[in-house]
Amino acid sequence: MLDVLTGFIGELRAAGLPVSLTESIDAAEAVHHIPLEDRDALKYALAATLVKSSSHWKAFETAFEVYFSMRGPQYEFGDESSSPDGDTDSDSEHRGQAQGRAQGGGGGESLSSEELAEMLFRALLSANDAQVAALARQAVSRFAGMEPGRPVGGTYYLYRTLRNLDLDRVLERLMEAARAAAPEGQLTPLEDRLARDEFKSRLDRLRRELEDEIRRRLVADRGTEALARSLRKPLPEEIDFMHATRDELASLRRAIHPLTRKLAVRLARKRRHGRKGPLDFRSTMRHSLSTGGVPVDPKFRYPRPAKPEIIVIADISGSVASFARFTLHLVHAISSQFSKVRSFVFIDGIDEVTRFFENVDDVADAVHRINTEADVVWVDGHSDYGHALSVFWERWGEEITPRSSVLLLGDARNNYHASQAWVIQEIRHRARHVYWLNPEPRAYWGTGDSILGEYAVHCDDVFECRNLRQLEHFVTELA
Amino acid sequence: MSPAGDKDGDEPRPPDTTGMLGFPDPGPPLFSSVTEVRERLAAVGYLADDGIAGVVHLADRLAKPVLVEGPAGTGKTELAKSVARVTGSRLIRLQCYEGLDESKALYEWNYKKQLLRIQAQRVVDDDGSQAASPSARDGVGDGSTSSWRDLEEDIFSEEFLLTRPLLEAIRSSDPVVLLVDEVDRVELETEALLLEVLSEYQVSIPELGTIRAQQIPLVFLTSNNTRELSEALKRRCLYLHLDYPSLERERDIVLTRVPGVTEELADQIARIVRSLRTLELKKYPSVSETLDWARTLVVLGVESIDAEQAKATLHVLLKYRSDLERAAKELAVAGEDRA
Repeated sequence: MLDVLTGFIGELRAAGLPVSLTESIDAAEAVHHIPLEDRDALKYALAATLVKSSSHWKAFETAFEVYFSMRGPQYEFGDESSSPDGDTDSDSEHRGQAQGRAQGGGGGESLSSEELAEMLFRALLSANDAQVAALARQAVSRFAGMEPGRPVGGTYYLYRTLRNLDLDRVLERLMEAARAAAPEGQLTPLEDRLARDEFKSRLDRLRRELEDEIRRRLVADRGTEALARSLRKPLPEEIDFMHATRDELASLRRAIHPLTRKLAVRLARKRRHGRKGPLDFRSTMRHSLSTGGVPVDPKFRYPRPAKPEIIVIADISGSVASFARFTLHLVHAISSQFSKVRSFVFIDGIDEVTRFFENVDDVADAVHRINTEADVVWVDGHSDYGHALSVFWERWGEEITPRSSVLLLGDARNNYHASQAWVIQEIRHRARHVYWLNPEPRAYWGTGDSILGEYAVHCDDVFECRNLRQLEHFVTELA
Repeated sequence: MSPAGDKDGDEPRPPDTTGMLGFPDPGPPLFSSVTEVRERLAAVGYLADDGIAGVVHLADRLAKPVLVEGPAGTGKTELAKSVARVTGSRLIRLQCYEGLDESKALYEWNYKKQLLRIQAQRVVDDDGSQAASPSARDGVGDGSTSSWRDLEEDIFSEEFLLTRPLLEAIRSSDPVVLLVDEVDRVELETEALLLEVLSEYQVSIPELGTIRAQQIPLVFLTSNNTRELSEALKRRCLYLHLDYPSLERERDIVLTRVPGVTEELADQIARIVRSLRTLELKKYPSVSETLDWARTLVVLGVESIDAEQAKATLHVLLKYRSDLERAAKELAVAGEDRA
């Protein structure tokens, strides 16, 4: 058992989770106290002792599923007919009409694709979990076309299976069935919505079943360790802005909200507790009364350091758009920490977008509006840093003061236009600081049409800002 | 005086607090199995899932504190309270806030009383010298030094010690559940205060020595995740992330917690709340808000919710205007575009 455990901890560490020695000792101690044959209990015990942050849960779960993957006769490749153990109790209002249809879920290969789809539809409609699981297994063996030893990731098989099942259409059919079952053949909008969400969650469960099944088969094919490596996913704070998939972008968006809150709290504290100010005589005297007039505990006035003013100039052309969006989101979400935040976006034209952020509750909304409403295209919609910067200087250059910090966001890929680097130089003369944030890896700077070097000489500093962690770090330094 | 008595650090420590390898001995188990944890918690109206029950069971067996993290209103504090109720322990609660310090969390010397004591001594001494009888109290010669030592021992005895929640939990001889609420509100430096208590179950007081726990308290720390807690603290704890409950569990919670709610209504409530949580809102409805909503509906005598009623009472669930507008729009309009 200890070997298995050490191996698993090694796997977690490789996935980027910080697991300390004490924690692994705790885990070893914990497994004594739980029934080992209970897989869920083992999972929770390990999670409680080894994973200390909710954002690491996903990585832990994947590692656990793979490492302690189901092995044994009932998970062999071939298909076995699963016993339809009747109705898992479901509370759905649409239940009942499909009762009694839960005949054998397996039935072997004799089913045609249409029959399989039909049975899946019925199982979903009656929320028969056991049968859905059995059919998921069938669907994988039929549609995924898995071949032993083929070096493709699980997502490929998942994609193939899902394309054949066409879950969007299944959802529509389920909705139709639900409407037909309603008393007047019509659902109120609210009921409609609820039914839809219910079916969506059932489909999600199906999708998870499919993923599990594919993973089980891959494990059987390649062994645990090889697979663990290929399934390893980056933690949300380490996802690269420029190469994030849609799912990853969604998880980034979810991560940024708590992050802004944490940052704001941390910065406010730093500001308050940063230094001690001069002696506060009144307060000291007042407190000395409880010690008989002896000023035992001197009180100090807290200093109020000036908040910096921020000017963000962001490239929002395709390649770096998501990076600019996250940075704008972050800076505006903690705008209370700055005396003023002004934002400008450009592609080859430049536009001020501060107005989008005024009086809005939802920063995400504002960021979304920038994409649709800002007037940033001048000629052809390809980045032209030179033109954008010179226009900026003409129109807003006067407004930069010695209190402003200027942030430039972009990869400085200028499509071989003129750089107009003198603008940065001028800005720097007026402003307190000029920083450049680049979402590209440092190694790519200055290659191809990137002219970061020409701008960099005029900036106070240039930062590589590829993921949330780097961005967070920079913002902390800034305020 | 023997100020600390058997709790003094020089005394052989009580055998029951520390087992082999530095694992504190948890004492007799409070629960025999995970299932028992679940059942007993359910009996006092707290529906735990496997994860929660497993962690509580482990916390008892390993004698480790539990760090409970999650969004507001998912029953973190309630968990500690329920465990206290189930085990028949006293609940000692330390509410954390910014600026919490040693004197509020651990202990404080009652200096006003100490001052009084010193002044009383002076009065006694003055009387003694006026009466010109040097041998009256402290013997001859170095009377002043020995009386000072007596006085010092005297004013730093337990009589002058004000215990605060952490010390109280340690000193208590009957079973205790210690709840350190919203631990993320204290500053990073203040967290260090907790470390000794949480890992060794002891408190060091320079003037008195080390006070060890008579019995190991069950400790729950809750955090709303407004900042990252220090590694040192996390390492010492078991971690439990409490998220919004599943549909089935939320329905059951409504059924147990709200008297007079029908099964159908509870089901509907749980489903609407789940739908709301899939929207992009500023603040998602918490479990406690779900319960409030359920109570509201029961009071209003609603049997089954339609869109109008939902819209009219939604403000119990959602606390931002923009959220309310979005939810009302989504719930009412969804489906129309394809109807």
